[in-house]
Amino acid sequence: MEESFIPKIPVASWIDAFVDWLTVTFAIVFDGITIALEAIVNGMNTVLMVIPALILIIILALLAWKLASKGIALFTLIGLLLIQNLGYWEGMLQTLSLVLTSVIITVIIGLPIGVWASQKRTVQQIVTPILDFMQTMPAFVYLIPAIFFFSIGVVPGVVASVIFAVPPTIRLTILGIQQVPTDIIEATEAFGSTVKQRLLKVQLPLATPTIMAGINQSIMLSLSMVVIASMVGAPGLGADVYRAVTQIQIGTGFEAGLAIVVMAIILDRLTQNIGKKKN
Amino acid sequence: MDERAKKISVSQVSKIFGKNTKKATQLLNEGQSKNEILKQTGATIGVNQANFDVYDSEIFVIMGLSGSGKSTLVRTLNRLIEPTTGDIFIDGKNITKMSKDELRETRRKKISMVFQKFALLPHRTILENTEYGLEIQGMAKDTRKQKALDALKLVGLEGYENQYPDQLSGGMQQRVGLARALANDTDILLMDEAFSALDPLIRKDMQDELLDLQSSMAKTIVFITHDLDEALRIGDRIALMKDGAIVQIGTPEEILMNPSNQYVERFVEDVDLSKVLTAQHVMKRAETVQVDKGPRVALQLMKKLGISSIYAVDKKKNIRGIVHATAAKEAVDSGKTIEEILDTSYQTVTEDTVLTDLFDIVSTASIPVAVVNENGRLNGILVRGAVIAALAGNNDAINDFEHDTSTTQDQSIKEVY
Repeated sequence: MEESFIPKIPVASWIDAFVDWLTVTFAIVFDGITIALEAIVNGMNTVLMVIPALILIIILALLAWKLASKGIALFTLIGLLLIQNLGYWEGMLQTLSLVLTSVIITVIIGLPIGVWASQKRTVQQIVTPILDFMQTMPAFVYLIPAIFFFSIGVVPGVVASVIFAVPPTIRLTILGIQQVPTDIIEATEAFGSTVKQRLLKVQLPLATPTIMAGINQSIMLSLSMVVIASMVGAPGLGADVYRAVTQIQIGTGFEAGLAIVVMAIILDRLTQNIGKKKN
Repeated sequence: MDERAKKISVSQVSKIFGKNTKKATQLLNEGQSKNEILKQTGATIGVNQANFDVYDSEIFVIMGLSGSGKSTLVRTLNRLIEPTTGDIFIDGKNITKMSKDELRETRRKKISMVFQKFALLPHRTILENTEYGLEIQGMAKDTRKQKALDALKLVGLEGYENQYPDQLSGGMQQRVGLARALANDTDILLMDEAFSALDPLIRKDMQDELLDLQSSMAKTIVFITHDLDEALRIGDRIALMKDGAIVQIGTPEEILMNPSNQYVERFVEDVDLSKVLTAQHVMKRAETVQVDKGPRVALQLMKKLGISSIYAVDKKKNIRGIVHATAAKEAVDSGKTIEEILDTSYQTVTEDTVLTDLFDIVSTASIPVAVVNENGRLNGILVRGAVIAALAGNNDAINDFEHDTSTTQDQSIKEVY
């Protein structure tokens, strides 16, 4: 073993100190966020639970028919019936509430940042490395400070999902807006558009398919976080998988995993086609 | 032309791309070449000290090969590209000094633009595309719809309002581009290679239509093209660009007849002269006899000039007919006047008839064809040999245009008696 010339840089203790400082200083803010997020997820879950399973399945199948195709509608119908039959209906709704909340927050945060970065080069230069960092840092690492800030339960799960899922929305919003052909931008400029008019009437409508692809990716990523989120106490299908893994119940693990896959496919096909229909 | 109002006035406009613009500007002022400046500073010269005026309701063509800076130059006119130095006056107001709001207002009310690749909004219908310029000005829906429909009618696209751009052919899409620009009802129209993406036949149609529209609308049009034939067809005046600099400005004729340097000469050498030269360029001096003189005078004149017939004109130089030598001789013997022996079966053409159209007439005529102005005044005659020589590209057969045209016309008619 070689001795290092420079003593070890105490990155770990700096981060610990920083997180401690944040926890204490912004306790009120974090508490507020916790209460708000919990209310959103629980509210959504309650609404979904009130609707009888069969009716919800039919509504979702009809939605799939309208947005996508007959095939996907049929898949939705059979897939959801299977989930209900296996007894994962409640878990699925909890997961759905968590995913939907994460995605709504992702869009609320990601879209404006993406739009801003697309208009200002310096903003993009700052945002891009941060996104790289967020995507490459192992997702587990987010959980630890999330517990500190938001204690355990569904909220740190949502927060970790958002951090993990927001980059594609931002990236593809930037890409979609910057991909609008320069001659079209020139034309809108030449006729005397304001920045707002250019954005709302030209750039965003033309970028919509790309932005929707980004949101679709964000949904998939936040769904992939559900198992990890269950480690900090988020309920739902993730918790079922996690329990099965720790108790080495192969069959149960497979069932819960299958339910997640079915959900993923339905969400993916639905959101993909929203983008295409608008095009 | 010069007494017409200046609509656009461009003074010492340069555009330098790159970082070291200050040094590059300095070198440019010292008269260094584009390549030399690139070598020394790494900056590219887009436009090099351009100066020109565009007069009210003329079509001003800026022509040059790709990379000559013509598209950059036209974009400085509405500041889609900020000029590095220089001033641009639109109706006397310096657009380079305008604030953002003033500039936006100028773009909305004074200048509209047509683009090479049409630049239509794919998510909007033809009508919505045409309305765009008016919509962003906050015009009421009904008013702007009516204006857009009128503009679409002008370009012959009635009935296509609810289609989307990708449902139309290239030519039709560019008509939408034109309609969108016309709907704004601005005085100035910038057309950046507007017809270059169209195939040749459609392009020619569009050129004709533009000229048609222009004759009724009288806009001030700055038209960019790399196609000399297009420039000659539609331009009232042409500016030729090379390496960002304007090398010559003039009417199509001036550019063709007197290329200011080798570059222009090479550019124009392949032009089909027969479509550019007119009767005015190849006509010869007409020998005439006053109709109230006697046949003896006419005969004497023909003898002296060695010709067998001569045009008889009145005091205003209007043609009355032609006198043949044989008829004049008979008249002398029988005591008739010139009036009585006039042959009126001569042919006339106007001064601006192009050479291709002249050829048919001249080749079948037995006597020289008369060139007349719109009032019937005889300005010159066409001799078969000279027309053929001009068609063959013989410059000696082409009248010199360095002189004022009015004096050449007067010189071409020599009154002997």
